[in-house]
Amino acid sequence: MNVDVREDLLYTDEHEWLRVEGETGVVGITAFAAEQLGDVVFVELPQVGRTLERAETFGVVESVKAVSDLFSPVAGQVLEVNTELVSRPELLDSDPYGAGWIVRLRIADEGATTELKDAAAYRALIGA
Amino acid sequence: MQATALLERHRALGARLVEFAGWEMPVQYRGIIEEHRAVRQRAGVFDLSHMGELHVTGRAAGAALAYALATDPPSLAIGRAHYSMICAPDGGVIDDLIVYRLAEDHFLVVANAGNRAVVADELRARLAGFDAALDDASLRTSLVAIQGPRALKVLAPLTGVDLASLRYYAIAEGRVAGVPALVARTGYTGEDGFECFVAWDEGPAVFDALLSAGAPEEVQPVGLGARDTLRLEAGMPLYGNELGRDTTPFDAGLGRVVKFAKPGDFVGRAALAAAQERGRSKALVGLIVRGRGIARHGYPVHEPGAEAACGTVTSGTQSPTLGEPIAMAYVPPRAADAGTMLEVAIRETRVPAEVVALPFYRRPA
Repeated sequence: MNVDVREDLLYTDEHEWLRVEGETGVVGITAFAAEQLGDVVFVELPQVGRTLERAETFGVVESVKAVSDLFSPVAGQVLEVNTELVSRPELLDSDPYGAGWIVRLRIADEGATTELKDAAAYRALIGA
Repeated sequence: MQATALLERHRALGARLVEFAGWEMPVQYRGIIEEHRAVRQRAGVFDLSHMGELHVTGRAAGAALAYALATDPPSLAIGRAHYSMICAPDGGVIDDLIVYRLAEDHFLVVANAGNRAVVADELRARLAGFDAALDDASLRTSLVAIQGPRALKVLAPLTGVDLASLRYYAIAEGRVAGVPALVARTGYTGEDGFECFVAWDEGPAVFDALLSAGAPEEVQPVGLGARDTLRLEAGMPLYGNELGRDTTPFDAGLGRVVKFAKPGDFVGRAALAAAQERGRSKALVGLIVRGRGIARHGYPVHEPGAEAACGTVTSGTQSPTLGEPIAMAYVPPRAADAGTMLEVAIRETRVPAEVVALPFYRRPA
């Protein structure tokens, strides 16, 4: 299987990715997740300022066929949400690691990222 | 899991395969929205070989089906078809069906894949005492459909059947791609189109022939995902969603299917007459969500401000044609008029939804 998995990201078992940038982190869903979902037609985003526990549901992605929850990879506070996804949910599929980013978090506890998978472990998870 | 004769074709075309009613079937090839649009704008080719094909033959085949079903199959002219239902004695729907009359004493009953065994057993029991026999040909029959505005143009060169004079809900015997076939002008997409019943092993040849003949018209293979969004836009019920044992044809707005005027008794007559007399307790409506979110199967429906739910969404999706979230739902008859504003509970939020007349989509004349 030829699926795009990026070396510079951390991953959850639920197919979110986290790009750590200092004390903040950007979160999205993986190319594998987007491909599995099919045509994404709706994204529900969290409120800016909301505090999230690790693995807490912070949003929803819907394809024509399915509903899928989004889980926060780390504990943190929502600093920014990608409002572009409201009108262009297909960005999740066409550019999952770029324009399809979902939220930016202030990471509460840096140590928490140790529970995430690196690219090799995520590749093994999805059999890529 | 059972496989149709076309499984290897689906794999070769890169389909995503899922279990559906015990069959390994393609849910999509290149994407549900793209396939949906292909059918609306051009045409799509479907493998429907999982459907049940039940042949009823014998001197009293018509009379037996008139007893067994809610419709009146003896009223069909040879070569014509109608939408029908098989109901339980209490009036609940066991399955919805298409009944084709192939000859004076030969009918073809097409049942949903998930209900095939139940329908076959029930029909067999109801046929007892009539000079009629049931043959379940489902595993000897491949069913390949082409649906969409260019279906006729693509299929015509492959068949001797005079498609232009084949009426909607009519069926004719002939050949498709050199293979003996029954060609019916029926479908489940809201578009013009044809369904080709052929011998099991001939399915792939017919599928291939339709795709190659359709290539210049950009015809695509279409999976069950788009089949569902297409039928939902067309306001067509799906068994298990809009229809079930706890639903009468009247609840679903399909009371016209029940032919009380036919001679003789039929299974469910008394209960269905009582249901009609009583008036429906719930009504199937179309909804367009007027807020953010998609109303899905099982989501509660509320009257504005009411704590308790008054109904339930039966099917819902983002309509590829309208670009809006559409749904069907059962609601109380008092809330069923077009223009009524209701609310759908989508996760923690109540989202406004407007009752609209079905269907959501009607093909251009």
